[in-house]
Amino acid sequence: MKTWFQQHINAARLAIRRLAATPLNTLLAVLAIGIALALPAGGQMLLANAQQILGQGATQQTTKRATPRVQISLYLNVDAERGSAESLATTLGKNPAIKSVEFIDRETTLQRMRQTAGLKEVIDALPNNPFPDALVITPNDESAEALESLAAELRSLPKIDHVQLDSAWIRRLDALLKVGRTFVALLAMLLGIGLIAITFNIIRLQVMTMRAEIEVSQLLGATDGYIRRPFLYFGSMLGILGGLLAWSLVLAATATLSRPISTLGELYGTPLVLTSLGQQDVLVLLAAAAGLGWVGAALSLRQHLRAPTNG
Amino acid sequence: MIRFERVGKRYPPDINALTDIQLEVEDGELIAIDGHSGAGKSTLLKLIAAIEKPTSGVVLVGGQNVSALGRKAIPFFRRNLGLVLQNQNLLFDRSVFDNVLLPLSIAGFAPKEAPARVRAALDKVGLLAREKALPIALSGGEQQRLAIARAVVSRPNLILADEPTAHLDAATAADVARIFMEFNRVGVTVLVATYDRNLFPAARRISLSHGALVT
Repeated sequence: MKTWFQQHINAARLAIRRLAATPLNTLLAVLAIGIALALPAGGQMLLANAQQILGQGATQQTTKRATPRVQISLYLNVDAERGSAESLATTLGKNPAIKSVEFIDRETTLQRMRQTAGLKEVIDALPNNPFPDALVITPNDESAEALESLAAELRSLPKIDHVQLDSAWIRRLDALLKVGRTFVALLAMLLGIGLIAITFNIIRLQVMTMRAEIEVSQLLGATDGYIRRPFLYFGSMLGILGGLLAWSLVLAATATLSRPISTLGELYGTPLVLTSLGQQDVLVLLAAAAGLGWVGAALSLRQHLRAPTNG
Repeated sequence: MIRFERVGKRYPPDINALTDIQLEVEDGELIAIDGHSGAGKSTLLKLIAAIEKPTSGVVLVGGQNVSALGRKAIPFFRRNLGLVLQNQNLLFDRSVFDNVLLPLSIAGFAPKEAPARVRAALDKVGLLAREKALPIALSGGEQQRLAIARAVVSRPNLILADEPTAHLDAATAADVARIFMEFNRVGVTVLVATYDRNLFPAARRISLSHGALVT
């Protein structure tokens, strides 16, 4: 056990020494791996941010659930009396298809709209409150058919001016995010294969230049494991270094983009803050980089270590 | 210690390196194998070290059938051998010390005791003062002695040497031969392939000619 541990430490040390022995090659390899990994990592960063912003938008109007909850907005006729709106709310609250009903009276809406930049003067210029009473309904069943039938049912109620399904835009964005996620996953897969190819080739060249040492070691009684270990560590370390580079590239991109993005947010009146990769994403990135480097090295060794032992 | 039972080695297409070798080596013997170039001396040693496999017959070393050793068992078998091959296979990118350390690190030797063992081996071949040098800075005789130090550092009970005195002048060759004889004196079995039978006067002599034993 102690010997085993010692051999692993030795192998890791040897790998570090080999990395340091050819700094230019190491640098180029790390650059290639880092840039390849930076693409999916950056994509993941942007996706996480988009999700964050969408999540914020959704929580403003609904509950605190991570996935945006579907809602139906019910606008009453402007001339409907307060009493009928409230009784409607009570009736709907008993409907089994409806989870909850939130009543927003027209005065509240007016106050809120007046706070919005630029609207105050316009609203004040109007002779009377243009906003209707509204009911925000959260349905029990969020499937498309159930929503449609519920909306139709609500439209048939008296004194209803307009029924709006709030889910449409959320769904579109959700679908868009799904496309983004699939794209990032594909990118990660392709570039992961690329990373394996890079380490495969680097290890192949190493095995060729170190043929003499490998053969001597075999003659002196080195097991396959003893010979393979430093190369595997080498591959993993290249992967990790590349992963770290990818991470710093994403950090740099975040730093560069954060100012223009917050300016963009200001123009739209919403605060947009670009955050870099989360801790978990970074860990996944580094682990994947190390793993892929290891796989590339292992495949390469399988191919190139069938050493002829006849000297 | 070593037994050859009707051993033959044929290289494709049709070259018989060794034919029908019958040989027995006792524990602690010193054997000098001579013969012309291409007589099969190297092949004989390679069969013992499991570098080559016989095409017929059986090679037994310490009761073990070497030709039947699996790929996984060979490394552990070789750790009990001291090999000094014709091209010494020194690693020129590391110091004399590190070259001798290599077998110990391969065998997973405790790193605290290893330096003492390395220095003891270097001392035996008279290279203790050169431990920090790179092999390229050594003379031919010194390189040969370095190869011997590396072969004996793990204290094998069998040493195989293939032309260890080739390319050396007479004085240096005698010096190298003396080192092998010293190991033999403390009980190590030594097989040396050599052109010059006079270097090992005390050795039992085995002569090969065209792949066959000559008696």
